[in-house]
Amino acid sequence: METLTYRFDNGTRALPPQPRVIGVVGSGNLEVLIESAPQDGACTIDIKTAAVGFGATWQAVMQDFHERWQLMDASIAINDMGATPAVVSLRLDQAVETMLGAPT
Amino acid sequence: MSAGSKVWNTLQSNRDSRLARARSVLGAALDGKAVPSARIGDLLHNVLECGDRVCLEGNNQKQADFLGKALAGLDPARINELHMLQSVLALPEHLDVFERGIASKLDFSFSGPQAGRVAKLVASGQLHIGAIHTYLELFSRYFIDLPPRVCLVAAEAADRHGNLYTGPNTEDTPPIVEATAFKNGIVIVQVNRIMDVLPRVDIPGDWVDFVVCSPEPYYIEPLFTRDPALISEIQVLMAMMAIKGIYAEYGVQRLNHGIGFDTAAIELLLPTYAESLGLRGKIARHWALNPHPALIPAIEAGFVESIHSFGSELGMEEYIRARPDVFAVGPDGSMRSNRALCQAAGHYACDMFIGSTLQIDLQGNSSTATVGRIAGFGGAPNMGADARGRRHASPAWLKAGRQAREGRNTIPRGQKLVVQIVETFREHMQPAFVDRLDAWELGEQAGFEIPPVMIYGDDVTHILTEEGIANLLLCRSDEEREQAIRGVAGYTPVGMARDKRMVENLRDRGIIQRAEDIGVDKRLATRDLLAARNMKDLVRASGGLYAPPRRFRNW
Amino acid sequence: MNNDMRSYLESTARERVERLFDAGSFVEFLPPSSRVISPHLGQLDAPVAFDDGVVVGRATLGGQNVFAAAQEGGFMGGAVGEVHGAKLVGLLRRAAAEKIPAVVLLLETGGVRLHEANAGLIAVSEVMRAVLDARAAGVAVVTLAGGSNGVFGGMGIVARCTNAIVMSEEGRLAMSGPEVIETASGVEEFDSRDRALVWRTTGGKHRYLLGDCQAIVADSVVQFRAAAIEAIAACRSRSTALGLAELEQEHAMLGERIVRFGAMSDPLEIWAALGIEEPATIPMLDAAQFVAAASAHRMGGC
Repeated sequence: METLTYRFDNGTRALPPQPRVIGVVGSGNLEVLIESAPQDGACTIDIKTAAVGFGATWQAVMQDFHERWQLMDASIAINDMGATPAVVSLRLDQAVETMLGAPT
Repeated sequence: MSAGSKVWNTLQSNRDSRLARARSVLGAALDGKAVPSARIGDLLHNVLECGDRVCLEGNNQKQADFLGKALAGLDPARINELHMLQSVLALPEHLDVFERGIASKLDFSFSGPQAGRVAKLVASGQLHIGAIHTYLELFSRYFIDLPPRVCLVAAEAADRHGNLYTGPNTEDTPPIVEATAFKNGIVIVQVNRIMDVLPRVDIPGDWVDFVVCSPEPYYIEPLFTRDPALISEIQVLMAMMAIKGIYAEYGVQRLNHGIGFDTAAIELLLPTYAESLGLRGKIARHWALNPHPALIPAIEAGFVESIHSFGSELGMEEYIRARPDVFAVGPDGSMRSNRALCQAAGHYACDMFIGSTLQIDLQGNSSTATVGRIAGFGGAPNMGADARGRRHASPAWLKAGRQAREGRNTIPRGQKLVVQIVETFREHMQPAFVDRLDAWELGEQAGFEIPPVMIYGDDVTHILTEEGIANLLLCRSDEEREQAIRGVAGYTPVGMARDKRMVENLRDRGIIQRAEDIGVDKRLATRDLLAARNMKDLVRASGGLYAPPRRFRNW
Repeated sequence: MNNDMRSYLESTARERVERLFDAGSFVEFLPPSSRVISPHLGQLDAPVAFDDGVVVGRATLGGQNVFAAAQEGGFMGGAVGEVHGAKLVGLLRRAAAEKIPAVVLLLETGGVRLHEANAGLIAVSEVMRAVLDARAAGVAVVTLAGGSNGVFGGMGIVARCTNAIVMSEEGRLAMSGPEVIETASGVEEFDSRDRALVWRTTGGKHRYLLGDCQAIVADSVVQFRAAAIEAIAACRSRSTALGLAELEQEHAMLGERIVRFGAMSDPLEIWAALGIEEPATIPMLDAAQFVAAASAHRMGGC
């Protein structure tokens, strides 16, 4: 397992208080726990992944995620079991959309 | 030497002497053309000669397995140096002939399940590959420089005259038998049964020399069945983009799908997603395609008007029989497939090919070659190639041709849509996009003159990934093409090395389209959109007519 | 997509809970944000889940208060580890203490989570005890078994300790897994790769005919919901506790099963013996057709 942590500042979109979880920790899949948390405006993402050595890929995916959503005071935790970047981005977007109340 | 002394009927004489040998050895056991299965070894030992070109039916689906095993069981001291001509190396005995020293040379098209063993035998010098071909190309050479001396084929049934009924799984048999018979070769067929009256005659008995009733029916591989339960959300998303961004955009009415879960997802989205877009009757009406079970819902929904097939598919026989308006069903009520003609149809009479691949490079060259496995190509190079000989127009063909030639000083013509659909990462996080195809290394190791490429970049018109669609027709330079590919290569190293500004510019010009640009709502991309989500759903959609082989059933 | 069509099998545990119980009524105990995770998996360098693979909480079902648990088959095959088991036990004990009318267990599991060894074994046995204690306290405990992993191992036993089981034909219920049987007794005894045989033997239709489950529905969340409501009402119309009479009745049924079917080697023979006219057609019947064909012939069971 590998643990990766990212922090993004200058976000502008706040989240409602109720935490949400999306996804399942199964092969090729991941779960995303997303919560509103006072963090001086920062969006933090903590990842525990079974796929070791893909730090650069995770960095790029998280960067693009933050560009898309610009979350502030958001704490995101991920348990990953080898999902591809496509599935990771999909679950992250699903998590935020569920949080924001968009129809799923 | 004077003109009068040259002998002009060597093939006939040689054929006559082989037949005479066989008759002499079999004696009373030979009943007209019928040979008892227990005597197959005697027949082959006497009808074959060292160095012969032998065409064995290893088709994609149908296998003349009884004859193939018999061939592999011959005495290499008596029969050796055979030159095998074969569409597909599917069974272990197809490689045993090389390992045992009975055959030494091979010209073929595909070897999927045996690809690793082919590579090993090449490396050890026991197997020399003449060339890898696409199917239609291989059949063509049977009529020019590679005529079979002996062919070993399979049929459903024969009558006492040697007429053959090949039925739904006719596949490669007609060109193989014709090429052999009309070069004075010897035609040997294994049949499941002898009948007094055949349902119909597929191959005339005049072309057939020996008929063997095999103890077991010939083996058929259900290659084109895909369990909908295994289709992922990402594949649903890509299928939505294909339907809206390409099928609808170009009005693709005549097409071929390469086999895979990506295309199965498209087939299962026609009655749902494509229907919701009002596309029934506007796309996907005429198909060059095997009878994919995944297409059943689209057929039932009225999307599919006609299908011509390369082969049949195990379990689909009764469904096909009940849908004679759609499938190539004969006057007797059963289907006939024909790989050669269906490949020609796919080349000339279809406006689009779409299929998956393992690797794509920066020019769009597509390959399934991997080091340590010599798998070949099957029909993809033929289907996935522009048909430059084509002259009749269709809206899709004209639109593609216009896009490719806009702003250039060339005479107008159309172009076939050749789409490669692939997820950016494969299993074990292997990138599908690479700087250099494994095909180079494989080619060097195996001693090929050129790297084995499945579809050339020149012919690829679109690359579709979960990141969107790259329209290569609109690119005007190698650099644009490369960045368009990088632009849909996602987080692979190839994708990460993109020139961000160029990619944005390509997106502005519509050369790269993301899902939102195409108007595809990613949130709809769930398995709920599939018209059938498991094998039972397919059976129910067929009204109980489709009977999946055991390995696909849990009932 | 039409709600009626929503597949139970394809839904995740959370989706099942969200869609089966009264809309918006589910309140989770120990939600993922509490991060009550397995204390063992980290040591094995294996991924954890924030809810350890089971969702527990309270909801209403047709307006009635219930407690609910849903196992996530996608996480470690739904197998029960220490925390997972403790959540189930805690739920059942609280239901007993608060006199909740019913607990609905949406089970999908391979049984004990072997990674957690003794902790997993103990957890499952504690769940068994907790189910029986809840029943004794007047709580109806109903099992729904419709997930792709089936309900196996010690949890198969747990299911049969509940008041009632509702299955779909896709669902499976057994103790030993098919591969285990084949490894132990040979492929002639049980060919685990013969998927038709596996479902014929452990699937919902056979369980219904043998009396091991009380209702069979199509693979639909809506149908599972309706059957759960019915099952709870039926259970609460009599005593929920496991008494001597019920135990003796069960033993008699099992004894009869051995006498009538002990020599048979395939469920098709059993179905024929039960009086089903065309046993071979049973697997392809949809749920409604199957119930029509089967209900007159099935064994009673409890």
